[in-house]
Amino acid sequence: MTDRVPLERKVLNENDRIAAELRARFRENGILCLNLISSPGAGKTSLLERTLGTMAPGTRVAVLTGDIQTDNDARRLARFGFPVKQITTGGTCHLDARMIERALADWKLADLDLLLIENVGNLVCPSSYDLGEAAKIVLLSAAEGDDKPLKYPSIFFRAALLVLNKIDLLEHVPFDIARARENARRIQPKIEILEVSCLTGAGLEAWHGWLDHRCQRAQMEAALPAG
Amino acid sequence: MHELGIAKSVLEAVCSEVGKRAGARVVKVGLRIGELAGVDPDALQFSFECLVKDTPLDPLPLEIEFCPRQQRCPACGHAFCVADYETSCPKCGAAPTECIGGTELEFSYLELEET
Ligand SMILES: Nc1nc2c(ncn2[C@@H]2O[C@H](COP(=O)(O)OP(=O)(O)O)[C@@H](O)[C@H]2O)c(=O)[nH]1
Ligand SMILES: [Mg+2]
Ligand SMILES: [Zn+2]
Repeated sequence: MTDRVPLERKVLNENDRIAAELRARFRENGILCLNLISSPGAGKTSLLERTLGTMAPGTRVAVLTGDIQTDNDARRLARFGFPVKQITTGGTCHLDARMIERALADWKLADLDLLLIENVGNLVCPSSYDLGEAAKIVLLSAAEGDDKPLKYPSIFFRAALLVLNKIDLLEHVPFDIARARENARRIQPKIEILEVSCLTGAGLEAWHGWLDHRCQRAQMEAALPAG
Repeated sequence: MHELGIAKSVLEAVCSEVGKRAGARVVKVGLRIGELAGVDPDALQFSFECLVKDTPLDPLPLEIEFCPRQQRCPACGHAFCVADYETSCPKCGAAPTECIGGTELEFSYLELEET
């Protein structure tokens, strides 16, 4: 006799539980946490360099950067003088909430306003794992092709912001930026889109504006009663 | 390729659910995977088979139900499956509509046998 019993349970409920705890701690401390996701080489570390490079000393920002091997990115980012920690996953193609929890164990959250997470370079796997972030940001570079949103819908669907990077290359590669925007909006009509070049600096004021706006929102939310 | 990690989470969850039900043996597992879940059903199926082989649960078939993206129109209430990425309402044309299905990465059932 076999008996079929319904089971209401998410496959990643343990990750989701830890992510929810992290999200509550970020909120309590008025921290804006952002999860940057892209394929390898789209420019996540470059955008972080540009971001840290304009921040005044004493800005309460920290970075976690994930890679399968090496701490190259952490070294690139540490020179700005803000706390940076490398998470080396040793083969795993994404960060999960437990890795973030561990990496944060010896940082005082009360000292932070902004936590930037660079995920492992991959457009698929990181999209399944909630890290407790306020928003996922997906980067797509002009060298990758304007059809990527349709090929990798899971990340474009979950991202609040699409950063189209390397627009300095537009004159050299057959990348239709209008088509890229349209494809992203077909997957996620509410996605915000910025066009930047981390090489020339074009479009970065809009990025800094977006970041400031979200930071202020996180501070306001922390001042409200929870729930 | 994170399907192996997902398969591991599936197996752990099955073990913990079976642990709660004394005297039962699990003989089949049902999952729902949405088209926006970022998980490839075939790769998951294969990874799960490989993992289960080394456990006392073997053989344990996994039935995966693939869930298409579904939207609901806030204006007229119409619910529809998305075809060709078109998310505006096919009845009244309203946009944007709200996503109500397609992100699933969840269990649907366990088939149990008394031991
Ligand atoms: N031409 C151009 N190259 C860029 C731009 N942004 C980053 N790069 C280059 O792209 C490569 C990969 O960038 P990186 O930030 O390491 O990418 P990540 O793997 O996503 O962290 C590096 O050689 C960067 O110098 C850009 O806007 N234009
Ligand atoms: Mg990097
Ligand atoms: Zn309608």
